[in-house]
Amino acid sequence: MDLSSINPVLLIASVMVSATPILLAAIGEMVVEKSGVLNLGVEGMMITGAVVGFAVAVSATSPGLGFVAAAIAGALLSLAFGLLTQYLLSNQVATGLGLTLVGLGLSSLIGKPYEGMKTPTLSKFEIPLLSDLPILGDMLFSHDVMVYFSLLLVAAVWAFLKYTRAGLILRAVGEGHDSAHALGYKVTQIRILAILFGGACAGLGGAYLSLVRVPQWTEGMTAGAGWIALAIVVFASWRAGRVAVGAYLFGGVTVLQLNLQAAGADVPVALLSASPYLITILVLVIISARGVHGAPASLGRPFHASH
Amino acid sequence: MTDVLLRLEGLTKAYPGVVANDDVSFDIREGEIHALLGENGAGKSTLVKMIYGLVKPDSGTMTLRGAAFEPAEPRAARAAGVAMVFQHFSLFDALSVAENVALGMENPPKPRDLARQIRDVSETYGLPLDPGRTVGTLSAGERQRVEIIRCLLQNPRLLIMDEPTSVLTPQEVEILFETLRKLASEGTAILYISHKLEEIRSLCDHATVLRLGKKVATCTPADATARELAEMMVGASFETPQKAERPLGEVMLDVRGLSLPAPGAYGTPLREISFQVRAGEILGLGGVAGNGQDELLAALSGERVTAADVIRLRDRPIGTMGPTERRALGVLSGPEERLGHAAAPDMSLTENAVLTGARRMGLLSGGFVNWTKSKGFAEDVIQSFDVRTPGPGTAARALSGGNLQKYVIGREVLQSPEVLVVNQPTWGVDAAAAAAIRQALLNLAAKGAALVVISQDLDELMEVSDRFGALNEGRLSEIRPVDGLTVDEIGLMMGGAHDMEVAHVDG
Repeated sequence: MDLSSINPVLLIASVMVSATPILLAAIGEMVVEKSGVLNLGVEGMMITGAVVGFAVAVSATSPGLGFVAAAIAGALLSLAFGLLTQYLLSNQVATGLGLTLVGLGLSSLIGKPYEGMKTPTLSKFEIPLLSDLPILGDMLFSHDVMVYFSLLLVAAVWAFLKYTRAGLILRAVGEGHDSAHALGYKVTQIRILAILFGGACAGLGGAYLSLVRVPQWTEGMTAGAGWIALAIVVFASWRAGRVAVGAYLFGGVTVLQLNLQAAGADVPVALLSASPYLITILVLVIISARGVHGAPASLGRPFHASH
Repeated sequence: MTDVLLRLEGLTKAYPGVVANDDVSFDIREGEIHALLGENGAGKSTLVKMIYGLVKPDSGTMTLRGAAFEPAEPRAARAAGVAMVFQHFSLFDALSVAENVALGMENPPKPRDLARQIRDVSETYGLPLDPGRTVGTLSAGERQRVEIIRCLLQNPRLLIMDEPTSVLTPQEVEILFETLRKLASEGTAILYISHKLEEIRSLCDHATVLRLGKKVATCTPADATARELAEMMVGASFETPQKAERPLGEVMLDVRGLSLPAPGAYGTPLREISFQVRAGEILGLGGVAGNGQDELLAALSGERVTAADVIRLRDRPIGTMGPTERRALGVLSGPEERLGHAAAPDMSLTENAVLTGARRMGLLSGGFVNWTKSKGFAEDVIQSFDVRTPGPGTAARALSGGNLQKYVIGREVLQSPEVLVVNQPTWGVDAAAAAAIRQALLNLAAKGAALVVISQDLDELMEVSDRFGALNEGRLSEIRPVDGLTVDEIGLMMGGAHDMEVAHVDG
């Protein structure tokens, strides 16, 4: 094994790239779950975002437009989930699983003509001054704009939930929809908005995979990233900061194990490939084993304003 | 005479199959405490929901201080000065007191100012409360203070209180009344909903009585007796249960040092509970909800087992036996939750009869259910306890709360238990049915059974029990004979007022 082939600067830089799709999907799903809705369709919305983003970026030769289209596609798919579960009161778990299946099928249909094509990708956005720092500059401050956007989004979600009145209302709806309704808050509307946000974030996460990380379209390319995003939300105890830790941990181990594989480490490949999933869940379980778990009290429960 | 604050004229609201309010009219004056009386299902809740903007009336008008008042949503009602304290608290466990208060306000001030305002109001009205506490950790009385303070911060003209005392100890009730009187003296009108008649007689200036959605009477509660008020609510006279003199026999149930850990995150552990019940005796156990009532019932019924010696029936250890074995020996129970615990909601009354009565009523033969016999048993219960239902094939869910309660209690009583443990036997049941259930329990004791009646209704416990004890945080107080017990003593047994002080009523 030749560990010297692993360049730490490149390693950290690729960790950030690798963590971004999961971070985007997870932070969106966290907001959804904070409002009391369990949307298990993250994987389906991600892959739909991936294929729509790729298709639009190729056709319009603009990755920016690709991301916008991916967010809209994810939001539209989640709207279907929202209408079914919030207005028609279908079962959230079954509908979410169905959404994943729909997304996987739909994406391979849309994506067939685009297989093997190349896409324009996002250019590096070098943060002035900071990117000139030795080592750190290349590691942390010479990424594409979506990496920074995802981190800003985490901070924004954190501040929104903690400090704003709208955030307080969103949490209240997730904690007790009957109480929130009695106080006159529009539970269903608030949840639909949260679901749309979650869908858009998942779509962006998917597009980041197909436009930046890979960058190519292959069928089923999300490979469980949506599921890991769901798991991260739960094990992060519904806290924005921990979601970021979880996503970076997963991204980090993914990149590291790829590097170890390339370096010819003497560990079975199957175990290395499984390691990101195992380690992320293990670490988050240990974090969340202590203290309050903080699941929103109304999570997954259907709401109907009956008298 | 003071001015009319809110005038209701001809309010009508119908739901499919039932008219919840039928042409209801009355006035609430400024600064008065107005009682709204009625049985369950009389339409009280629908009426206040219309005033609070949660439900739109089909017809009729409301006038607030001479101006038309048609709140489309609670926000509009709050803006007009109507505030409401809910029966089932509209609080969020995971949020702090201040956050909960902010959610109930239209334009909450900055967090720091809000915390100060909460402290100010809570001091003025003698309702101590820490704005930073998480609501999930508060007692029922403290939670109610959060609701009240949330209302008071908006300087309401009309404060609606929906059954506020059902979760309070007598001391806490007294403090609440002081607060309400102080508010009324400052000019706030209070619409007070309750079916506790003595409370209304001591607190309220006027009362409007609803029955089956119609206004049937208005009166000055202090001038009427509790019995007259009850008959206005029910629309008929009914028998008050009679406690017969009965000899006490041997010790039937003997519990010694019963301790069990809490069953879940929000359960209560049982701590060193000891008592004895003799044949022919009824032991009443009071206490504010959530102090170990469900857990005690589970331990006595056999849903949770203990060491063998902890629970004895006629000196025979039964602590390790499960519910079926205990039932076979004659220890029966009726839990509080009707749907899902006492009865399986989607199963028929006959099937529900088999679920608890199979052994004692001999409804099984060779592992098969004898359905003819089972149906006969179910019909017996229906007949003896006047359960209003089309027949024993009806699903338990289809019965009204009161009727199902009569059925599940009757089902146990007719199995001639040696020991019967019931929790909240008349919860949500109308006065006439409640009287019938209490009489059945008294009759059962007169036949020589030992009864443990767990209830949050102190009047009920005084009516049926021979001795009284209170559960407080999983501990059982000293057990005392009911005769000569005062309300103050009961309150102290229940744990007093949880660090409350009486409101400083300014001279």
